[in-house]
Amino acid sequence: MPVSHDALTVREYQGIQQVVGPLIFVDKIHNVGYNELVEIRCPDGEERLGVVLESKEGAAVIQVFEGTTNLSLSETSVRFRGEPLKLPVTRDMLGRVFDGLGRPTDGGPNPISDKRRDVNGQPVNPTARLYPTKFIQTGISAIDGMNTLVRGQKLPVFSGSGLPHNKVAAQIVRQAKIVDEDVSFAIVFAAMGVKHDVARYFVRNFEETGVLENVVMFLSLADAPSVERLITPRTALTMAEYLAFEENMHVLVILTDMTNYCEALREISTIRGEIPSRKGYPGYLYSDLASLYERAGMVEGSTGSITQVPILTMPNDDISHPVPDLTGYITEGQIVLERELSQRGVYPPIAGLPSLSRLMKDGIGPGMTREDHAHIASQLFAAYAKVKDVRALASVIGEEELTPLDHTYLKFGEAFEKDFLSQNETEDRSIEQTLDLGWKVISLLPKEELARVTDEEIGKFYGQ
Amino acid sequence: MYDVIGHVSRVLGPVVHASGVKRAKMLELVEVGEDRLIGEIVRLDGDAVTIQVYEDTTGLAPGSAVYGSGMPLSVELGPGLIGSIYDGVQRPLEAIKAQAGVFIPRGMRAAPLNRERKWLFTPSVQKGDKVQPGQVLGTVQETERILHKVLVPPMVSGKIKSIQSESEYTIQDTICILESENDEIPLTLLQRWPVRRPRPIQERLASNIPLITGQRVIDTLFPVAKGGTVAVPGGFGTGKTMVQHQIAKWSDADVVVYIGCGERGNEMTNVLNEFPKLVDPRTGRPLMERTVMIANTSNMPVAAREASIYTGITIAEYYRDQGYHVAIMADSTSRWAEALRELSGRMEEMPAEEGFPAYLPTLLAEFYERAGMVNTLNGEQGSITIIGAVSPPGGDFSEPVTQHTKRFIRAFWALDRDLANARHYPAISWLDSYSEYIDDVSGWWQEQGDHNWAELRSVMMDLLQKEERLQQVVKLVGADVLPDTQRLILEVCTMFKNTFLQQSAFDKIDTYSTVEKQVKMLKIIVTFYQMGLAAIQQGATLIKVRRLKVVHDIIRMKFSIANDESDKLDALQDRLEREMKRLGDIYASFA
Ligand SMILES: Nc1ncnc2c1ncn2[C@@H]1O[C@H](COP(=O)(O)OP(=O)(O)OP(=O)(O)O)[C@@H](O)[C@H]1O
Ligand SMILES: [Mg+2]
Repeated sequence: MPVSHDALTVREYQGIQQVVGPLIFVDKIHNVGYNELVEIRCPDGEERLGVVLESKEGAAVIQVFEGTTNLSLSETSVRFRGEPLKLPVTRDMLGRVFDGLGRPTDGGPNPISDKRRDVNGQPVNPTARLYPTKFIQTGISAIDGMNTLVRGQKLPVFSGSGLPHNKVAAQIVRQAKIVDEDVSFAIVFAAMGVKHDVARYFVRNFEETGVLENVVMFLSLADAPSVERLITPRTALTMAEYLAFEENMHVLVILTDMTNYCEALREISTIRGEIPSRKGYPGYLYSDLASLYERAGMVEGSTGSITQVPILTMPNDDISHPVPDLTGYITEGQIVLERELSQRGVYPPIAGLPSLSRLMKDGIGPGMTREDHAHIASQLFAAYAKVKDVRALASVIGEEELTPLDHTYLKFGEAFEKDFLSQNETEDRSIEQTLDLGWKVISLLPKEELARVTDEEIGKFYGQ
Repeated sequence: MYDVIGHVSRVLGPVVHASGVKRAKMLELVEVGEDRLIGEIVRLDGDAVTIQVYEDTTGLAPGSAVYGSGMPLSVELGPGLIGSIYDGVQRPLEAIKAQAGVFIPRGMRAAPLNRERKWLFTPSVQKGDKVQPGQVLGTVQETERILHKVLVPPMVSGKIKSIQSESEYTIQDTICILESENDEIPLTLLQRWPVRRPRPIQERLASNIPLITGQRVIDTLFPVAKGGTVAVPGGFGTGKTMVQHQIAKWSDADVVVYIGCGERGNEMTNVLNEFPKLVDPRTGRPLMERTVMIANTSNMPVAAREASIYTGITIAEYYRDQGYHVAIMADSTSRWAEALRELSGRMEEMPAEEGFPAYLPTLLAEFYERAGMVNTLNGEQGSITIIGAVSPPGGDFSEPVTQHTKRFIRAFWALDRDLANARHYPAISWLDSYSEYIDDVSGWWQEQGDHNWAELRSVMMDLLQKEERLQQVVKLVGADVLPDTQRLILEVCTMFKNTFLQQSAFDKIDTYSTVEKQVKMLKIIVTFYQMGLAAIQQGATLIKVRRLKVVHDIIRMKFSIANDESDKLDALQDRLEREMKRLGDIYASFA
């Protein structure tokens, strides 16, 4: 039943037909647009937001971000906004805290801006991208030396419950810098379904580093309705795009925890009765994640960049679970945390072999890091892979039966984990320190074993 | 331009239903709503139709008009394709950038081929000539290396009523008028062809020429013939895209069609940056002069991703019909299959395995069938080689897309997670991969020189199999218990893996190897085994064999000896034989 009677502006209706989980069904309405924003007024006057998931003649299916608790069929009204969800964007939002839909939760005023951006974003034209090549020094050897992060990259952290992914992410945030460059930067932090103390941990970290006024936070914590998580990374990335591509800032985006995001997506999909693919996740999980992760990079006409560090916990530490699996298929590598290393007290417990940075090759080498970087990294990977084999062999035949060379590899493996991988949470190593450390541990192996470095490099760095 | 044929009744993401539709054809191209979003009719049911829309449908409301075009989804064919980059429905991305900037908004439209540019057309037929479908009317030098042959369209024949003289024309200028039975057909440099229909050929031929990729593990162990089909399956980060890029760069195809199907934007940017600068070793021309790119990245609309495969293969067929050898890379066919699944789900079709539609295998078969070595309508030889990446969930090859694909391909380059983790690249497993083209192409290799490729190859494959069995023993009891003759096998296989199979895409010299370099390297390693074995049998120890001075240089030969320095490989071979002989002689004198 239309509340207003002006035939052209009839946009608000009293009463809905059906409520199923976070979805509501309305009919006898005008023809509304797909993906259009809807304001829902609850019986007690509370306002909620939703979007049109499906539009039929005179009817629509709406997904309510804040959930449907307390809605009643007759006393709920819906108002169609005639446009998708948009976020007002301005530089004034730096230093502020918002909910997942972009509404302030820090007691401050609503941001005012004539620039309002569709949170769904638009695909970047591949011909307008600039290929990322600038080395970001994180001060963490396992990353800088072997899985180098570059500006504009999307490099997730694959973790497990109880592993120190927040510590690692916070250390990256604190220490990340482009060597020899002073530029304006910002951090966009989006939390989906994580606990308050996790959010607080990051806030404290931002405070201690003195960057709080450069951070925009979008928090949809564990006690917020799960559907809100679906929009949270989108508002965050909309903010990031504005800061990077219009305000020319270098933006580091932390998205945590993507597994919670995916679960919310699964929930909606199940309620809608869609045919699931693996483990109940919808078949479009890949495309959906891509619509987030691809919002990283650099583009023509702007000097800013978006670097994404999404964090996700692998259910059961299983890297083949759909969430890490599909993430790995989209991102430009992954930093994998390993429980076994962590249990042995190694921090950061960054797994030697499954971690990878695909953009590394263009960000390292002479003029960027050092001329030997690619080769020593490759040599460390090869040698560490051999260590894994030797350890497996030793566990079967016993260490005594190993050849002398195998023993040397075991020694190298220990040094690699203890001296190269391990470092203090506050230790900020320069790239030279990292590479020198790499040479120090690899020099435990005889020269003949080092087929991936050149004779000149051996002459210059081996045993130094 | 187009007529209204009905109105939208329901919008469900990329799937749109319309009702009250008259005169619609299956697979007809339509435009939907005020923004004139492009779509294709995928189901007819009385006066209701289902439309797959190639653009984001945000804001589209029921009641919006649907406009019919009367024709199926087609691509534009003509000079100007080479060097271009298109989205999945052939919208030119450079032109769209010029109009819209960094992002791709909805409803963008631009002609795939430049309408203003003039091309120098040289006729090769004369007035009065009778011409058949596929016959060459004349030529245009499209790029320095591609002579574009302007063909009589398939299905068209007749007598030349008039033909333009050599001069410059736009693609829309009439260059020829054909007189057929009862009408006159004006022909231009521009033609259209519906993407879902294979272009006709005269006959299929067997293929026994390898597509040389410059990648040693491929050319030497698991070759593909020109006109062949290959699948490259592998979990994330195992190297599918790198393999495809390497082949796009270094293979000896005349034309390369690269389809980025639901993958990363940066990977396309990377190709766009590199290809104009990289020079094809065979022709000395920039690689971009033979490359057509289709980029429907993962964040672009999913329906257009489904179409991108067909857009690409149709362009490939067009160059094949001109007598070229075309290599087409689809990265990744799994994303295409997932697009099918998503659309099928939204159309409420009954799913088969893992939600994929039951017709997935049929469509895969139809796609790979479009590969082949053929006699074109014009009687020339041309070919399409398809190299399809497969991205199995969890890296598990038992899933439907990998399994069905296996039925329709003849070479399988299985990427191995453990190899990739150990940074053994390309991570093509020598145990799980196969090629059914080995016998077909061994004749060609034989003709390349005096090396016995097939024999060297089988010696090496045999050693790899033996090594695998020995490793089982080693894993239980260690290598120490094996006799030196067997430990030599382990030694040689390690050498072969490190120096031959591993090939760095990032090293200037190693990134590709000529056929000659490959065979010579292979021969050196096989010689090392054979003479080493003889020496050990004469009494030498493995340590002595391994410590030969020449070993150091063998291990580095791929980096230190450039493709045009094959005499250095000959010298290395000689040195190896001399050092081995000396070693053998020492022991022979005791005997
Ligand atoms: N031949 C090679 N030489 C050097 N490095 C390689 C080679 N092949 C693969 N790599 C390394 O492996 C990384 C991953 O390769 P690639 O991007 O091709 O994986 P993929 O199988 O396409 O993954 P996805 O399915 O996620 O797209 C590359 O970024 C590169 O670092
Ligand atoms: Mg890839």
